[in-house]
Amino acid sequence: MDDYRKYVSKHYNRLLEQCKVRLDEVEREYPEPREDFQALLKARGISRRSFLKWTGVMTTALMLPPIFKPMVARAAENFSRIPVIWLHFAECTGCSEAILRSSYPNVDDILLETISLEYHETLMAAAGYQAEKCLEEAMEHFAGKYVCVIEGAIPRGLNGQYLRLGPKGETGLALGKRVVSKAAMTISLGACAVWGGIPAASPNPTDCVGASKALGVSTVNIAGCPPNEVNFVGTLLHFIMFGSMPPRDGEGRPLWAYGKRVHDFCERRPHYDAGEFVEEWGDEGAKKGWCLYKVGCKGPYTFANCPHLRFNDHMSWPVMAGHGCIGCTERGFWDTMAPYEKPIQEAAIGGGERTIDNIGIILTAATAAGVAAHGVYTAIRKKDKNQEEQKQEERE
Amino acid sequence: MTKRMIIDPVTRIEGHLRIEVELDNNNTVKDAWSSITLWRGIETILKGRDPRDAGLIVQRFCGVCTYVHYEASIMACEDAFGIKPPPNARLIRNLTQGIWYLGDHIMHFYHLHGLDWVDIVSALKANPKAAEELARSIHPNPWNCSASHYKAVQERLTRFVKSGRLGPFANAYWGNPSYKLPPEANLVIVSHYLDALQISKVAAQAQAIFGGKNPHPQHLVVGGVTCVLDMLTPSRLGEFLFRAKEVKDFVERAYIPDVLLAARYYKDEGLAGIGGGVKNYLCVGGFPLNDDMSSFLFPKGVVKNRDLSKVWPLDEKLITEEVTHSWYEGKEPQHPYSGTTVPKYTGLSKDGYLKGEEKYSWCKAPRYAGEPCEVGPLARMVVGYAAGDKKIKSLVDETLKVTGLPAKVLFSTLGRTAARAIETKLVADQIEPWLNELVKNIKSGDTRTWTYCEVPKEGQGRGMTEPPRGALSHWIKIKNYQIENYQAVVPSTWNCSPRDKNGKRGPYEESLIGTKLAKADQPLEILRTIHSFDPCMACAVHIIEPSGDVHEFKVC
Repeated sequence: MDDYRKYVSKHYNRLLEQCKVRLDEVEREYPEPREDFQALLKARGISRRSFLKWTGVMTTALMLPPIFKPMVARAAENFSRIPVIWLHFAECTGCSEAILRSSYPNVDDILLETISLEYHETLMAAAGYQAEKCLEEAMEHFAGKYVCVIEGAIPRGLNGQYLRLGPKGETGLALGKRVVSKAAMTISLGACAVWGGIPAASPNPTDCVGASKALGVSTVNIAGCPPNEVNFVGTLLHFIMFGSMPPRDGEGRPLWAYGKRVHDFCERRPHYDAGEFVEEWGDEGAKKGWCLYKVGCKGPYTFANCPHLRFNDHMSWPVMAGHGCIGCTERGFWDTMAPYEKPIQEAAIGGGERTIDNIGIILTAATAAGVAAHGVYTAIRKKDKNQEEQKQEERE
Repeated sequence: MTKRMIIDPVTRIEGHLRIEVELDNNNTVKDAWSSITLWRGIETILKGRDPRDAGLIVQRFCGVCTYVHYEASIMACEDAFGIKPPPNARLIRNLTQGIWYLGDHIMHFYHLHGLDWVDIVSALKANPKAAEELARSIHPNPWNCSASHYKAVQERLTRFVKSGRLGPFANAYWGNPSYKLPPEANLVIVSHYLDALQISKVAAQAQAIFGGKNPHPQHLVVGGVTCVLDMLTPSRLGEFLFRAKEVKDFVERAYIPDVLLAARYYKDEGLAGIGGGVKNYLCVGGFPLNDDMSSFLFPKGVVKNRDLSKVWPLDEKLITEEVTHSWYEGKEPQHPYSGTTVPKYTGLSKDGYLKGEEKYSWCKAPRYAGEPCEVGPLARMVVGYAAGDKKIKSLVDETLKVTGLPAKVLFSTLGRTAARAIETKLVADQIEPWLNELVKNIKSGDTRTWTYCEVPKEGQGRGMTEPPRGALSHWIKIKNYQIENYQAVVPSTWNCSPRDKNGKRGPYEESLIGTKLAKADQPLEILRTIHSFDPCMACAVHIIEPSGDVHEFKVC
């Protein structure tokens, strides 16, 4: 055990050193912070104590030990140094909106207010040629340093011409390739940028795919429709602290945010275990806050931290509002999780609505193996997908 | 000698919009074309799905107009299923829609539209004390108003400018002579620009109390709402009301006074009718006040040729769409129920311009009785005013009296922006009465939130509502318990419409004619007018009747 401790401690100390070196580099190489973060905290009535508390929470959220708290604080102070180029493709701007509505009054919120958006079409004052100039200048001045955030899927159909942008009418595909080629890190924000999202739902009329696939780069995938802003802030902080992407799962999602299953942390979980289900909307069970599995909740197949973080300053989340989870952090959920008001006829857990009352018991026993179950589930979906692709090829 | 100017991307909107204008020697707009440059085809995706799932999918038309497509789709299904939601569900829908009206309009005025009126750099020159006096001359108790606060805002901006990294404010049109506000007025509104970032979050939180989250709430189902637990928890209703009051307070003490302030300095543009556009206004009825949907907060009807003495009843059969200038195949105007669409992308000209004489947009051209119509806040206020609606008439008259301007000022860019502020106040005043009605209903023992329903084997229905950006209707056809056909005619399609076969321009295009640019290379005045419509392209571009074979879309 002692050896193990020593090993862990050595490992983290090394990581801490790396982090310090990186932060020195950020402070040396990147432009001065555009805003005085401490002054802003003060102006918004956030005490030093609450700020330190926040660093504690964020450090834990990033799955780092407490010795990293001062590093998180330092990263926050350097937040507005990092230039961000934000591109909109086939999207609905819901992800931008979600980020703009981050919780308040809270440190995340102030961080996002100070974010150095060099290019963001929804917010920038300039338009047309002047907007294009902003993009070109930012790409030149901050080459190799900026973070590219991509919102929306990229249509490949019609040679990418389902989306044309800018005074020269460049396709989304061409523009994306140009911008990510000089980025230090690319973040795919939201379901559409991650895997294609709503426009890529069957039959995918415009041949939309996620940014990573379309542009041929590795991205950090902040999944969700829309995603939670804390997951976005954490990813940027991680970039400032380590100069790299956070550890990710097979879907490119940061493990610290998407490593746990919604079902396992759901406030209605005890009712599931007790076999207490909402049978139809607005019934007695619904009034008592019982489990939504039978009315289609996809929490058991969904990896996300919604039950912990909730949305809009911890105000609520879909399950709290009495509607099941639709699995919006999972690849292909518009097809794989439909219909949204019915449970999946799930072969992996002995499926069929007949046996639902028993599933609670079976799954309870299997909770510890949740990740493995997810693996199985993913494999099944992949198999389905392969079959679909085969069919598609046959048709063609 | 005319010259062509491209504005792409049009920023501070939702989605992807290109505007091209032809300028004469005096830099006055002689002709204009508006084009949507993205197509996603969501209605194609809906085909063959469970009708009850449509709401969650169509909500992703747009994350800015979040919720509204969800509601319209659910209403279309309820019409097709032949059921009515219980009163509690109607009230919760009005509350979630209403609170978002406040959040959305505030966000639009400050964050999307504000920089067309306000020169941030000029605010640095303001005298904070004089700014305080100016603010107090408009309202007795303005929001967050003190010389020291204004000074702090100025210092923050100065630091920002000195850093040399203006971010979203870079390369803009600061110092353009078309900015008319004195430095003090600029400072007051800029300070509210920052405050509004917080306030729209409060509105979003309030919506999330019933909706679970914002954007993209998740609490509606065909037949009612799911948030029965929140509805029955008094503290949740209290949290909602507390936030609604805070937002209403901001509307009354910041938003309305700021619009009045802008009107003081931009009234000449308003009186000259700059940005007026087409002369017909259409409203499909918003915020049902009773359960048989016969009375609305925003009355439905059509006003033709700006004649405020008459309201024409809305005849749905007269709504058509055509594609002469849209990237789809087809010639004749068609009613949404019988429309066909086969994409036919013909691209840009060799020089990279829109082919204005041919097809040039993914947006279709909706018409009412063959005429283009404006929809949105101005249309709602004009129709309500002409219909003699007491609440609307008194608010509009009062505003005109305060500003000392005649009614014709409404038909302009300024009028459109003012109408949005007026209706925000109208909705803000309704939130508490609706919540009280809900509480009264629950107290009387009615806790129903859902009406039992099943998907019919066959059926069709439509849902009509008035989201912040204007008239919205969704049509659904069901066959074999599945969606056979789905169509949505949305506000931005009406307003962003390209020309029709008779060459009649759409509202955006028409509103730009005669606009003079103070500086030939700075499209500030054009952006001001386009933004006054609150464009939302993602909503407009899904417009497609999914009867064409999917494979035909893959032209590549």
